[in-house]
Amino acid sequence: MKTTIATLKRGQRALIKEITSDIIPLKLLEMGCLPGNEVELLQTAPFQCPMYLNINGSHLAIRKEIAAQIEVQII
Amino acid sequence: MAKQIKVSLIGNPNTGKTSVFNLLTGLNQQVGNYPGITVEKKKGVCKLSRGVKAHIMDLPGTYSLNASSLDENVVIELLLNKKDKDYPDVAVVVSDVENLKRNLLLFTQIKDLDIPTILVINMADRMRRKGISLDIPLLEKELNTKIALVSARKGEGIDELKKLIESYTSLSKKPCFDALSFAPDYFGRLQKAFPDQSLYKLWLIITQDVNFRKVDKQEIVVSPDFKIKPESELKRLQQKETIKRYQFINNVLKKGLIVDEKAATGIRAKMDRILTHKFWGYFIFLAILLLIFQAIYDWSSYPMDLIDEAFAWLSEVTKALLPSGPFVDLITEGIIPGLGGIVIFIPQIAFLFLFISILEESGYMSRVVFLMDRVMRRFGLSGKSVVPLVSGTACAIPAVMATRNIENWKERLITILVVPFTTCSARLPVYLIIIALVIPDEKVGWIFGYQSLTLMLLYFLGFGTAVGSAWLLNKILKIKSKSYFVIEMPGYKVPLFKNVIINVIEKTKAFVFGAGKIILAISIILWVLASFGPNENFSNAEEIITELHPNLSQEELDNKIASYKLEYSFIGYAGKAIEPIVAPLGYDWKIGIGIISSFAAREVFVGTLATIYSVGSDEEETIKNRMAAEVNQATGGPLFNLASGISLLLFYAFAMQCMSTLAIVKRETNSWKWPMIQLVFMSIFAYSVALIVYQILK
Repeated sequence: MKTTIATLKRGQRALIKEITSDIIPLKLLEMGCLPGNEVELLQTAPFQCPMYLNINGSHLAIRKEIAAQIEVQII
Repeated sequence: MAKQIKVSLIGNPNTGKTSVFNLLTGLNQQVGNYPGITVEKKKGVCKLSRGVKAHIMDLPGTYSLNASSLDENVVIELLLNKKDKDYPDVAVVVSDVENLKRNLLLFTQIKDLDIPTILVINMADRMRRKGISLDIPLLEKELNTKIALVSARKGEGIDELKKLIESYTSLSKKPCFDALSFAPDYFGRLQKAFPDQSLYKLWLIITQDVNFRKVDKQEIVVSPDFKIKPESELKRLQQKETIKRYQFINNVLKKGLIVDEKAATGIRAKMDRILTHKFWGYFIFLAILLLIFQAIYDWSSYPMDLIDEAFAWLSEVTKALLPSGPFVDLITEGIIPGLGGIVIFIPQIAFLFLFISILEESGYMSRVVFLMDRVMRRFGLSGKSVVPLVSGTACAIPAVMATRNIENWKERLITILVVPFTTCSARLPVYLIIIALVIPDEKVGWIFGYQSLTLMLLYFLGFGTAVGSAWLLNKILKIKSKSYFVIEMPGYKVPLFKNVIINVIEKTKAFVFGAGKIILAISIILWVLASFGPNENFSNAEEIITELHPNLSQEELDNKIASYKLEYSFIGYAGKAIEPIVAPLGYDWKIGIGIISSFAAREVFVGTLATIYSVGSDEEETIKNRMAAEVNQATGGPLFNLASGISLLLFYAFAMQCMSTLAIVKRETNSWKWPMIQLVFMSIFAYSVALIVYQILK
């Protein structure tokens, strides 16, 4: 199984790998979700969705299916 | 003549841009709409020094010039169109010191547009608490701009900003770096094909799907010298551009911004732990909702009673002071009650927007969206639908507008379609008067009265129907749209009193002058229709009645004449015409008139009944007593009994009786198809439910 943001546990930090999927909106990239940036899972709502993240200092929430498209490497 | 400078205020959401705007302009602002769309257009005037005035335009919050919503389209349409009358002499980009990195992305894009640009770094008061220090001269040099360090909360730094605006001609118009250098080949060809245009502007025209009035996208599409790439490749290039911009920003901030993590203190994590908690988060949200409802019903009832009495008194005094005649009747029976019908809603609307703006300003609303997204998605809605559904309890119009930040078109459309089911404040007067008539004023147990329980049930019914039809629409509608949902979770802030108050005033004004106009116009039309008749039955009412009932007292005679007149007035004929349609629901022709006239706006129903029952009457008897005394000609029993009352309540709960909402839905969905579907579906549904309920209960 690939490691993605969706597989992170609360409080875990990771580095974003290459972003390849076309369904990732440009807006998310513009908010700091770029390769090499650090991401931390702060909180999830019930059923793990949406996920509340700290990406590169930006605090934002995204849905699980988008999170599952962003590959990361746990640090 | 005074020197005029046009300023555009641009910035990410949650940077305190509106606070800066409020500080610069005070109450000296106007809110309008952009032509054709319902994006709020805020303008204000700021006096800089003797003879120099700045006209400040507060553009909608945007994360970048790559627009993904109507609000964001507005920003780039203005900034790319030099011929627009609002095209700025100087752009002021507002950023938040805590999110400088992300905020600078938009700044670097604005810098590429050949507009003199000032960077405001707001929330400077938080720097020490967050352990942040800035090297301003270095940042100014690297970013090729002037920086104003502002604390909108404390009102600091505004004078410096005003000075910078005044001397805008000395600002640089040049970009701070070349963001398009990653694909020299492609962009080289583009520039070569259109040598006299700015490269970044061309690039925006190619990638953005907005309506550029003066700049012609077609020109680039058909150009033989240059081929536009397919969309997926354009997206790759946009990604590369974004990465390039962040590389530049990271390099600048590495030198110019120091964050001492040890000095940073934050309450965000602690607050989030409670407010987004799997149990306590929902519990607190529910408690806040209850508080809001309490305020809307209970607290606002005091000023509402006062307003009601004041208008009744005004009507009487006017009547006593002025000589009698048709014109004075129009004032005392048409215009004053009509105005009263508008003003009476002000306390409720003000309370609702007070709470909504406090929740938004404090950053809490984003947590609600976060908590509710999963639940709402089951019904085809989004977490962001919660705000419109809550706003819908005041009025569907701002609620439909509030759907604009839902990115997914299907979720947005469904939200728009179901919002009119929530119990808006216009239904409230209808509910209140009918409940008072048909539901006994008794208590169950110690606290709850049947009447307030009925009202609460009606609210639940509204929400339930909204959510239920959303679920249904989600199954029926075959719209493919990418499900994407990104929401910023801003830091918690104590709401700024000034911002909240200005927002409440603006929203209330919009209601009074927007919806108010319709209500007033309809009240006047109704009065005219009820005060004149097409034939001699109306004009000779006095003789006819006196002849028929020679033995009655003067008072009884007057009442008979008044109701006879009404029956043979224009409105009486209209009511009679639709009586066969509404009779199976338990209504007579007078209620029929109420329903016809409230087709434009629900709150007109009570106003109509007030007009109908007060035309020609001098006594102070309340409308409620008159309604209670009405007899159903068909059954001989009281017209307003449990069966017809419940039927009427349900009719109003479901019927789409609001022209303004239909108009706004047309604007927001850009087609007549959706408002028409809404109108037909809701009307049939309301009629059927009312019919079934009346026939069962009767």
